[in-house]
Amino acid sequence: MEGRIHSFQSLGTLDGPGVRFVVFMQGCNLRCGCCHNPDTWDCADGTPYTPEDVVKRVVRFKEYFGQAGGITVSGGEPLLQADFVRELFRLCHEAGVNTCLDTSGSIMNDAVRALLDETDRVLLDIKYTNDVDYRRHVGCGMAAPLAFLEELNARHIPVTLRQVIIPTLNDTPENVLALREIAARHPCVDKVELLPFRKLCQVKYDKLGIPFAFGHLPEPEGEKMKELNAILHQEGQSC
Amino acid sequence: MEFKQWEGFNGGAWQNEINVRDFIQKNYTEYTGDESFLAGATPRTKALMERLQGLFKLERQFGGVLDIDTATVSSLTSYSPGYLDKENELIVGLQTNRPLKRGVNPFGGMRMVRQACEAYGYKLSRKVEEEFRYRTTHNDGVFRAYTDEMRAARKSHVITGLPDAYGRGRIIGDYRRVALYGVDKLIEEKKKDKANLSSGAFDTEHIRLDEELYRQIAFLGYLKEMAAMYGYDISQPATTAREAIQWTYFGYLGAIKEQNGAAMSLGRVSTFFDIYFERDIANGTLTEEGAQELMDDFVMKLRMARHLRTPEYNELFGGDPMWITEAVGGMGEDGRTLVTRSSYRVLNTLYTLGSSPEPNLTVLWSTALPESFKKFCAKVSADTDSIQYENDDLMRPIYGDDYAIACCVSAMKVGKQMQFFGARCNLAKLLLIAINGGYDHTSGMHIGPQMPVLEGDQLDYDTVMERYDIYIAWLSHLYVNTMNIIHYMHDKYAYEKIQMALHDTDVHRFMAFGIAGLSVVADSLSAIKYAKVKPLKNSEGFITDFETVGDFPKYGNDDDRVDSIAKDMAHKVITELRKTPTYRHAEHTLSVLTITSNVAYGKHTGATPDGRKASAPFAPGANPMHNREENGALAALNSVAKLDYNDCRDGISNTFSITPQALGRSEEERIGNLVTILDGYFAKGAHHINVNVMNRETLLKAYENPEDYPNLTIRVSGYAVNFNKLSREQQREVISRTFHEVV
Repeated sequence: MEGRIHSFQSLGTLDGPGVRFVVFMQGCNLRCGCCHNPDTWDCADGTPYTPEDVVKRVVRFKEYFGQAGGITVSGGEPLLQADFVRELFRLCHEAGVNTCLDTSGSIMNDAVRALLDETDRVLLDIKYTNDVDYRRHVGCGMAAPLAFLEELNARHIPVTLRQVIIPTLNDTPENVLALREIAARHPCVDKVELLPFRKLCQVKYDKLGIPFAFGHLPEPEGEKMKELNAILHQEGQSC
Repeated sequence: MEFKQWEGFNGGAWQNEINVRDFIQKNYTEYTGDESFLAGATPRTKALMERLQGLFKLERQFGGVLDIDTATVSSLTSYSPGYLDKENELIVGLQTNRPLKRGVNPFGGMRMVRQACEAYGYKLSRKVEEEFRYRTTHNDGVFRAYTDEMRAARKSHVITGLPDAYGRGRIIGDYRRVALYGVDKLIEEKKKDKANLSSGAFDTEHIRLDEELYRQIAFLGYLKEMAAMYGYDISQPATTAREAIQWTYFGYLGAIKEQNGAAMSLGRVSTFFDIYFERDIANGTLTEEGAQELMDDFVMKLRMARHLRTPEYNELFGGDPMWITEAVGGMGEDGRTLVTRSSYRVLNTLYTLGSSPEPNLTVLWSTALPESFKKFCAKVSADTDSIQYENDDLMRPIYGDDYAIACCVSAMKVGKQMQFFGARCNLAKLLLIAINGGYDHTSGMHIGPQMPVLEGDQLDYDTVMERYDIYIAWLSHLYVNTMNIIHYMHDKYAYEKIQMALHDTDVHRFMAFGIAGLSVVADSLSAIKYAKVKPLKNSEGFITDFETVGDFPKYGNDDDRVDSIAKDMAHKVITELRKTPTYRHAEHTLSVLTITSNVAYGKHTGATPDGRKASAPFAPGANPMHNREENGALAALNSVAKLDYNDCRDGISNTFSITPQALGRSEEERIGNLVTILDGYFAKGAHHINVNVMNRETLLKAYENPEDYPNLTIRVSGYAVNFNKLSREQQREVISRTFHEVV
């Protein structure tokens, strides 16, 4: 069995708890306007590896993982290669490595369910809190990620909800409160992260010769992020 | 023996012999709590530091040297006492009679002193010129004995930075002995040692040692005189914490007045001081604030230490360093940590006095260190970029639990081991010389065995290695012999009286060799092995450039194919060095460390098969070449961790720069992640790491507007520097290094 991989990052500190070895899978079914990794879209690109190849690399970093760290498989969309990721995670578990899946949650099938059997934590991107924006800026409806979250909740898999804050689209208190509500409805969610929209990836788009859909939008101000985080974390009854 | 000054201490073997380790083990109090007990700077400390900052600023404005006493040869008693602020300082003693004024020390060599004076607009006085007219310096002695081949190796820069024109340094006196025993007791013990010599056969070694003991004893006497000039009688042990620090500092001060060695390291004093702090605090005569004040004053004195150097010296060892290395923390052989409250106090000086390259604070890291101490260290690193880490779990089994670090990465048992410092040879240049059959096209010199230039359109790995081996053997033999001359002459003409008086008489010696350009060589050989390297010849038929086609594994990506080349290379060099006997039966050791000389070494080295252009800088120490890492920071750390410490017992230096953003989102996450990275790296068997947590933009701003960043400190190779004290070229090289960032 082989999977197509875009690249490896041996020191990941932003994608899951602790220090993590991050595998970026190649290929994505969505075309999010804010995407930071357009070079992972094309399913035919990337380099083929077997799960054994990858786990051999991962265990070389086991000493750095401490209590919290491990492997994170990101992308691209890892669910497109669920069989491969499942086998990779299974081997990681054999080697005593914690597994974390970074996904948009837009696919659910038997292969994905089998993958979730080997998944210790999911970083789930909830890109918007309404179906209209989802259909316009992501390429799927909102029902899919919500169903995915239901599945995680039923399985008691710990989840970090993540959302990229994009000025003019979702940088409002209402949106953050809606996200908070989604989290509150699902006890499996133990953390919510708001990530500022960044445009460093413009160079990647330029190199690929494809337009950056949100290239014209500004990055959010630090103050705005603080304000939204304050709303997210404020005490009191959830809405 | 029994002294009233020892009241309240637990007894032990240390009372009957000179044994500071035993004193520490019997008396120290480990501390596993966090930093919340620490006190800040008092108004007195702040005022004193402000005064000192003013002097630092003046020194910068004066071009790096505030003043030189060109008429007085530096020694223990040659200057009248000097003060920063006599009324308010708690710890006293300066190298000369004024703060930051530099003395001249011609025992290592006259030429360097003359040039250094001239470089800063001074002229060495007639008085000193006359005094040394009929005196042989270390430098004179060395050049009397150097062979033509040694001179050629030096001139072509295949061996560089040898301590043949100034003090060799890298010797750590056990300055704590002055405080624990008082000087009279130390003299008494040395006299006993000397008396014991009288029964042996008087061969060369015996006579040399006999005379050395005479000189050690004489200088212990001068040390007492020096302290007496400041109003202190150090013949007896120290009574209080303040005295313990003062006595210890006098020992160190005597050493830096006598010697201008490149690295004048301090040892491992903070946990020793802690015993005195604890006793005074228990007696009710000292508060936490008072303890921090004493530590602050001591560190302020260390930050004022200076030696006079030439601009050429600064090119190799940039930033005016003294390498006043203090080893902090570590574990004891009995499993207790050697971390005490004073380990925190000494790191706290980076907050009370601001960040600073000196003293060179070196945390001896063990995965077993208390978690709260690990976190505090990580926080200090992230805030100040001023500390380095070395693997206690790797060194403790070899050196025990009372070793310290000389210079950057050289471990030695305090007071029991010393080293003969030997700078480094340029392995990348040697590869080019080998390919060209003994011709160095950058200097235009023929050196080493003379052979035909390698033929063919493509370099063949086995042929190159066979040829390289011949030249490694040649250079290793020459290098050991060169070092033998240097250290014979240094012992003869510039012997370290005070420092060796603070060692056991029967001392173990290392001879420390070094290599530069390891990553360039590893990548070059990898290119030859895995890609196609076409040699390009100049009109005279020498290979001066390469055309490399195809991809090849590069050191720094955790790829065994090339990492093993680097590892084997270090093994090969130390194995060859060991074939030539050393002066005084010293043990051969090897370091992979460049200081800032990676820039100078690169400048003197032609284009290499890895694609590095002629004259481009090398990576520092054991670092991968800049920006060749493709799999992130930990893969680079893994590559370095593969180098075998058993081959490189003089240390393997690695400098790691990361942006705060890449370490985590919150401060808490960043600290936690840095701790697990350090734990992981050292669990891999790595030896050393410098940690910088900063953005390249900060350095670019400091490069453009130095006056806005007067105290910007950055770890380079085994030490830290004030960024503004580097040359423009060194600054550009530091900026161009890999910064691990969010991608």
